[in-house]
Amino acid sequence: MKILVTVKRVIDYNVQIRVKSDQSGVETDNVKMSMNPPDENAVEEALRIKEAGKADEIIILSIGEEKSQETIRTALAMGADRGIYVKASNDTEPLGVAKIIEKIVDKEKPQLILMGKQAIDDDSNQTGQMVSAKLNWTQATFASKIEIDGDNIKVTREIDEGLETIKMPLPIVATCDLRLNEPRYASLPNIMKAKKKPIESLSAEELGIDITPRLKQLKVIEPPKRSKGIMVADVAELVQKLKNEAKVI
Amino acid sequence: MKILVIAEHNNENVKASTFSTINAASQIDQNIDVLVVGSDCNNVTSELSNTQYIKKILLIDDTKFQNPIAENISKIITSCAEEYTHILAPASTFGKNIMPRVAAILDVAQISDIIKIEGKDTFVRPIYAGNALATVQSQDSKKVITVRPTSFDAVSKEGGNGEIQKLDLDIDISNVEFMGREETKSDRPELGSARVVISGGRGLGSAENFSLLNKIADKLNAAIGASRAAVDAGYISNDSQVGQTGKVVVPDLYIAVGISGAIQHLAGMKESKIIVAINKDEEAPIFNVADYGLCADLFEAIPQLSSELDKLNTIQK
Repeated sequence: MKILVTVKRVIDYNVQIRVKSDQSGVETDNVKMSMNPPDENAVEEALRIKEAGKADEIIILSIGEEKSQETIRTALAMGADRGIYVKASNDTEPLGVAKIIEKIVDKEKPQLILMGKQAIDDDSNQTGQMVSAKLNWTQATFASKIEIDGDNIKVTREIDEGLETIKMPLPIVATCDLRLNEPRYASLPNIMKAKKKPIESLSAEELGIDITPRLKQLKVIEPPKRSKGIMVADVAELVQKLKNEAKVI
Repeated sequence: MKILVIAEHNNENVKASTFSTINAASQIDQNIDVLVVGSDCNNVTSELSNTQYIKKILLIDDTKFQNPIAENISKIITSCAEEYTHILAPASTFGKNIMPRVAAILDVAQISDIIKIEGKDTFVRPIYAGNALATVQSQDSKKVITVRPTSFDAVSKEGGNGEIQKLDLDIDISNVEFMGREETKSDRPELGSARVVISGGRGLGSAENFSLLNKIADKLNAAIGASRAAVDAGYISNDSQVGQTGKVVVPDLYIAVGISGAIQHLAGMKESKIIVAINKDEEAPIFNVADYGLCADLFEAIPQLSSELDKLNTIQK
């Protein structure tokens, strides 16, 4: 079985982002970039499935500007086998990304697609579900546990009310929650090895896909800042303030 | 314009998120129908027929649809999508699971997690965990939207006169087998809609200590929340997590106990009306967003808070 894992290059989750003064977006120049965190969980899960003898090959796909290849390289250093890079604007919307992934799937015929449940830059939480709908496959979103048993897969999903478990035949698209596993660090020998692993380069135009944005971003602003409040001396003062000043208890 | 709202419910009751979504819809246009897909859900439809703004309740009531399987519901939605200009669902795990499929089938963009409506095609949505707000304008003829429930008040559940219309659709049923759901049962108000939330962090130190918050929650009729660190440490189950990857809450009063205030956590609670932080580290970033900060050992402060609350003649519930 082949597993396709998608990875996105995003601003590192530890970076405090800055909104551009012309309101055109968020500053990305000279900002630390990393693999989208739940995509790391997707890579890790694929590696564990392969290590358990249930997959033969792990292909990493990234879509974006040139440097997305570095993110593919990171996944290869974790242990994946080869990469596919599709050149497109970093602002390609989930629908466009889903159409690109659909094309790659037609070519590579994976049985399982693992993706992060959400990218931490645009927070859309759409692409996995869209890929699944485009391919007319089943989906298992927000996965916190994945068990493969022959041609079937059982997934535990994180939902607002608690946990839900579903079972279905492969192929499927699963989107990974941060609780799925603890991603490994790449060892130095594996980083060296990864440099020799192949990455195929394509572009959205070559694939013949129209990825024109459907949404026009009018502006990006900072949310209203919350002003710092006061420090109280003790619990008695706190309760008095909540009762008489804020009037919330 | 005509709007379809997808109802989130548990076959018995309509979820609060649905009433917030109807409010969001009403700010676009008040010509609103609602779709109910479920099994044995008479009470759900009667609640909705009394709800403000609702013209029609489209109903599919069949044991096949007892559980909200995304593949099935998205097909139902797209097969009745034609006459609607906007299709809205709550940005809960229910809506997030289904709506991108709907958008992909219709070949339109989805607009996720909107917090404000600026016009029939223009919406505000948080990006980067709420550290920036983007205003986007849809170029598609049909708008598929998920709504952040806490950003819109619930509409009135009385005075409506919606007409129930049963749908007869022939849908290929997905081969997804529903194995079960573990719901965390609690007598407390729901975290997403509670007036008061008290949350604990890693500072509590253990699951046993975490239960110290119960006594305060009882007195304030509060929901109990947690930081990701507390959930990861196993002090409490994950459905209590407040933050970017958990729930976003906007209560009148949010009390953060032993929570340092990681960006991740702040994204889920910083819109609360009043924030109280109790932490022994005076440098903790949580104090930067707190209206009232108390630098103290929580193991002393929590029992004191309990006895101070007892001294009050009345407490709002």
